[in-house]
Amino acid sequence: MRKDIAQKIGFSFISLCMFTTVLFLFAIIYFIGSRGIKVISWEFLTQAPRNAMTAGGVAPAIVGTLYLTLGAVVFALPLGVACAIYLNEYSPKSYIVNIIRLSINNLAGVPSVVFGLFGLAVFVKFFGFGVSILSGSLALGILVLPVIISASQEALLAVPYSLREASLALGATKWQTIRKIVLPAALPGILTGVILSIGRVAGETAPILFTAAAFYLKGYPKSIFSEVMALPYHIYALMTEGAHPEQQTAIAYGCCLILLCLVLFMSAIAIFIRQRQRSHYYG
Amino acid sequence: MCLLKARQGCILPRPPNMENMIKVKERLYKWLFTILAFASLIFLVGIVIVLFKEALPIFKKVKALEFIFGKFWYPTYDPPEFGIFPLILASVWVSVGAMLVCVPLGVGSALYLNEIASHKQKAVLKPLVEILASIPSIVYGFFGMVVLAPFLQNLLHLPIGLCAFTASLTLGIMATPTVCSIAEDALSYVPKSFREASFAVGANRWQTLVKVVIPAAGSGISTAIILGMSRAIGETMTVLMVAGGAAVIPKSFFDPVRPMTSAIAAEMGEAPMGSDHFHALFAIALILFLITFVFNVIAEAISRKYRIKLGLSG
Repeated sequence: MRKDIAQKIGFSFISLCMFTTVLFLFAIIYFIGSRGIKVISWEFLTQAPRNAMTAGGVAPAIVGTLYLTLGAVVFALPLGVACAIYLNEYSPKSYIVNIIRLSINNLAGVPSVVFGLFGLAVFVKFFGFGVSILSGSLALGILVLPVIISASQEALLAVPYSLREASLALGATKWQTIRKIVLPAALPGILTGVILSIGRVAGETAPILFTAAAFYLKGYPKSIFSEVMALPYHIYALMTEGAHPEQQTAIAYGCCLILLCLVLFMSAIAIFIRQRQRSHYYG
Repeated sequence: MCLLKARQGCILPRPPNMENMIKVKERLYKWLFTILAFASLIFLVGIVIVLFKEALPIFKKVKALEFIFGKFWYPTYDPPEFGIFPLILASVWVSVGAMLVCVPLGVGSALYLNEIASHKQKAVLKPLVEILASIPSIVYGFFGMVVLAPFLQNLLHLPIGLCAFTASLTLGIMATPTVCSIAEDALSYVPKSFREASFAVGANRWQTLVKVVIPAAGSGISTAIILGMSRAIGETMTVLMVAGGAAVIPKSFFDPVRPMTSAIAAEMGEAPMGSDHFHALFAIALILFLITFVFNVIAEAISRKYRIKLGLSG
C-alpha cells in the first residue's frame, strides 16, 4: 500500500512540474500578446519612430533584424553544411575529427556576450568593418554555426545507408552520391535547422550590442557597412534609455510581440516539417 | 579499388582523361570540405586568442588574484578599482538560484514526458517545451522586468523588484527547457529491458522510475543540469534587465546584483577602446569563457562515459 501512495505523490509532483513549465509559456505569451496587440497597427509595422521614440512605428528595426538574420544565415549555412558533410560523409575516424566535434560542442556553449566581444575585437576593430551590418552578421553567424552543424549532421545521419550504397553500386563517385542522393534526402532536416537558427538569430541581442546595433537612426541602412536598428536591441534600449518610460514600455510590448510571433512562426514551420519528415521515413 | 574495377567492366567505359578529371574533382571536394570543417575550431581558437590578447594588459596593472578576489568594482573612479569578486558572486548567486528553479521543473517535466504522457500528450507537450526554448532571452528579460518584478515586489513586499531573486526565477524558467530536453533524451535511451526486469520482480512504476530508470539515466541527467548551469551563467540580456545592476557584494537574495555578463554588456559601450576598463571587461569575458568551457568539457566527458555504460556508440 505504501508504495502506491508514494507513486501517487511522485506522479502528482512531476505532473505539477510539467504543468508549471507549460504555464510559464502561456503566461509569457498571454502577457505579451494581450498588451502588445494593442500597439500593433499597420502604422506601427511600416513607419519609422517619431517624437523621441514615443510615437510612430518600428519599421527600421524590423528591416534591420531581417538584414542581420539574412547575413548571419548566408554566412553560416554553407559553412555549417560543409562541416556536417565532412564529419558525416568523409571523416576518417581520427583524433582530428574528435577535436572538431569537441570544438563544435564548446562553441555552442560559449556565452552570447563573448561572441559580441569577439566581433568587436576582430570584425569592428581588427578588420575595420566598423559598427555595421557586416560585423553583426558575422558575429551572429559564428553564434549559430553549431546549431546549423548539428541539425545538418542529424539530417545526414537520418538518410538510410542503403541509399548511398545503391548510388555507389551504380558507379557514382562519392561527391556525386552526396550531391544527388544524400543532400536532397537530407534537405528537409537541414531546412529545419536553418529555420530554427533564424529564430535564434533574430532574437539574439548580446552579440550585436557592440557590433551592429544603434538605438536610433534616420532612415534605413544604405550598405552592409552602415549601423542598423534591430528589434531585440530596440526593446532593450526602450526599457533602459529615454525619458518617457510609459510610452516606451508600450512600444516595447509591441516589439516583443513581433519578435515572439516571428520565433513562434519559425518554430511552427520547423515542427511541421519535422513531423512530416518523420511520417515520411517511418510510415 | 573494387569500385574502379567494377566501372571498367560497365557497358559504357569512360574515356581515361575524364576518369582522371573526376578523380581530381573528387579529391578537390574532399579537401574543400576538410578545410571548411575546421571553421568551428578556428573560431573557437580565435575567441580564445582574442580574449587573452585583450585581457592580458589589465593583468599588468592589477594582479590576477587581486582582480578575481578584489571586493570593489569601481572601474570609472580615479584611481579605479578592478575587483570582480562582487560580479562573480552575483553570477554564482543568480545561477544557483536559477538551478533551484530549473532542475526540479526541467527534470520533473522530462520524467512526465517520458513516464506519464500518452503519445498524444507528448506530441503536444514536446513542441511546447521546444517553443519555450526558442523564446529569445530579451523577451524573457522584458517579461521579468514588466511582469515578474512588479508581481514579486507586491507579493513579497520587496523594497526593489529588480533583484537577484527575480533574476534567478526568470533565468530558471529560461533554462528549464534546456534541462528538460537533454534529460528527456537521456531517459529515452534507457533500454526497455531495464524497466521490464524491474516490473518482473514486482516493483511498481514509481519504484522502477526512482530505483532503476533515474540511476540508469543519472549521468545523462547530470549532463543536462551542467549544461543548464552553463546556460544560466552565460546568459546576458535577461540578467542585464532583471538583476538590478548594483556591483556590490550581495547580502541577501533580494539585493540587486550585477553578474559578470551584465557588467560586460552594460559597460562595454562606455569604456573607451584600449583603456584599462576595456581590458578589464575582456578579462571578465575570459573568466566567463573558462568557466563555461570547463562546464562543457565536464558535460561532454560524463555523457561519453554514460553512452559507453549503456552500450550506445559514442
